[in-house]
Amino acid sequence: MAAHMLRWGCAGRRWALAYVDGGSCHGLGAPNDFTLSGMKGQSSMAPQPLITAQKPRKGEHEWAAVVGLEIHAQISSNSKLFSGSQVHFAAPPNSLVSFFDASLPGTLPVLNRRCVEAAVMTGLALNCRINKKSLFDRKHYFYADLPAGYQITQQRLPIAMNGSLTYGVRVGTKRSQVITRTVRIKQIQLEQDSGKSLHDDLRSQTLIDLNRAGVGLLEVVMEPDMTCGEEAATAVRELQLILQALGTSQANMAEGQLRVDANISVHHPGEPFGVRTEVKNLNSARFLAKAIDYEIQRQINELENGGEILNETRSFDSRLGCTMPMRDKEGKQDYRFMPEPNLPPLVLYDSASLPSGADLQQVINIDYIRERLPELPSVTREKLVEQYGMLPEHSFTLLNEVGLLEFFQNVIKETRAEPKLVTSWVLNTFLGYLKQQNLAVSESPVTPSALAELLTLLDGKVISSSAAKQVFEELWKSKSKTAAQIVSEKKLELMEDREALEQLCQAVMEGHPQVAMDVKKGNLKAINKLIGLVRKATQGRADPTVIKKILEEKLSS
Amino acid sequence: MWARVVRLGLRARLGGCRGFTCKADPQGSGQVTAETIEHLERLALVDFGSREAVARLEKAIAFADRLRGVDTDGVEPMESVLEDRCLYLRSDDVTEGNCAEELLQNSHRVVEEYFVAPPGNISLAKLDEQEPSPRG
Repeated sequence: MAAHMLRWGCAGRRWALAYVDGGSCHGLGAPNDFTLSGMKGQSSMAPQPLITAQKPRKGEHEWAAVVGLEIHAQISSNSKLFSGSQVHFAAPPNSLVSFFDASLPGTLPVLNRRCVEAAVMTGLALNCRINKKSLFDRKHYFYADLPAGYQITQQRLPIAMNGSLTYGVRVGTKRSQVITRTVRIKQIQLEQDSGKSLHDDLRSQTLIDLNRAGVGLLEVVMEPDMTCGEEAATAVRELQLILQALGTSQANMAEGQLRVDANISVHHPGEPFGVRTEVKNLNSARFLAKAIDYEIQRQINELENGGEILNETRSFDSRLGCTMPMRDKEGKQDYRFMPEPNLPPLVLYDSASLPSGADLQQVINIDYIRERLPELPSVTREKLVEQYGMLPEHSFTLLNEVGLLEFFQNVIKETRAEPKLVTSWVLNTFLGYLKQQNLAVSESPVTPSALAELLTLLDGKVISSSAAKQVFEELWKSKSKTAAQIVSEKKLELMEDREALEQLCQAVMEGHPQVAMDVKKGNLKAINKLIGLVRKATQGRADPTVIKKILEEKLSS
Repeated sequence: MWARVVRLGLRARLGGCRGFTCKADPQGSGQVTAETIEHLERLALVDFGSREAVARLEKAIAFADRLRGVDTDGVEPMESVLEDRCLYLRSDDVTEGNCAEELLQNSHRVVEEYFVAPPGNISLAKLDEQEPSPRG
């Protein structure tokens, strides 16, 4: 008998412990077919399979997972939050450090106006209440990349509170539907980044680069309203799009401009939340989803086997695909928060409260910023659906893939083809080729102009759809040729010689009398076989609708 | 080594006293107990192991304790010591930095253009020997 194994799945808001017997699942499928079964050659750190010999009673093993996120987004600014030194990725070590960043005695913080505006913009875009008065605090901890021994943050009264972020999750068997979910934003606060520590184990020393020390961060704290990795990853992607649309952060996860910590716990529905663990420093949406789903599985596994969950900090090992305790975070930190004595309260105004004759360089008007907010991704998606008649899920794909919307819009601008045809080609053929070769839109060998020309030829019935696919393949291989050149070189134009086409149809019917007879007897689907044979004979150069018309005429006579 | 010192320092359970003034003499003489010293050492990873250092600390506490004599009844606490000031906002211009050479001169040890983090001055062996004091 096959070993009985337990598997969990995230379907909306429940993680049900489902019974799997030799491959037949009597419950919910796990996301990405995630199971806890061990595999040959797996590391000893990897989770082991759960074995049980009994079917769980109905409802006995139902779990609800709770996920909250803390996100640090690096503010797009020229200079740092409290000093005039430059913000730049990959500069030589310690070349972008001021005396204040290095915490030399006697230096004082001077707040960067741009960072405040970025925080207000982000707060407004996330439907937050902007606090007219916010305060700065010192958060103390002892680490080499924090030369002052404290970080300036906003613990007591942050710049923005009580917002929400709406995002779309793909559901359904083919993941072709999108349902919207909302996560509450607890607060957004301004704070300094720390420097970078490089641990040199060989020489037992730690090297410090303070270039990043003092760079402005927006910390976005989300309430625990999510239930699985996919929801969290989608929410982060939506936030990333919003930050990029606003220009408040480049939010490039690979460059550390968007860093995510996830708080995860599980409990039985109707019972209080369980003990939570924190998974730190997740630097890609894919790893975020994997880490959360793994951690949910691990916690359920632990509790099912009579263990307990520790309130600990863990890190995700992307190579092994599992989370592990972080040894250097074992002690419970006492941050000894205190008001920042060198910074008065940050006071913001609206148009009504703006003091007359105020120096406009020294006041920030919330209403002024609100009026100038750029178009947000949700609005862009609505416009795409309205303007081009595309499905909502198509609009999500266009925005979620970096550079794809711009590519699509450039094709639309340059082609005479219908938007629906463009949508289909961009999302299926073009994106398919990119994914197959693991390329970004910016790395595509096919330009928007080249695809636009190809689609104009297809729409104008100069070539057939199968010929268009051949042309696209050639365009992908060779940048130097245009679609029109490929069509004429390979003689892919649609056959316009009606007489020659009629002769071909006649020859095919005579060569396959049984199929022709089936059509005459009323099996109308059999005509597709004949159409296919004619198209094969013309190497895809004949228009299938014309072929069908000719065949129908001949078979009905 | 540095990372291990930090780890051990953080791992150690802190004593019952959450701040040193509670262990000081309420009259303001600033007397500090051995337990408080150990608590501070664990927070800062700095060895206070000399009479001179303890005396200096006691003097500082005694100085601060004079504030206890101030009558604060009915006085609203301030949100900030600079509550009456306007927060100056600067424009987002690069005006500083590019002084690595000057900054690195302040470092005890340098490797190429990097600072080398100093270890705490409580040796690992000594830290391991110390029994964490029981919670109060």
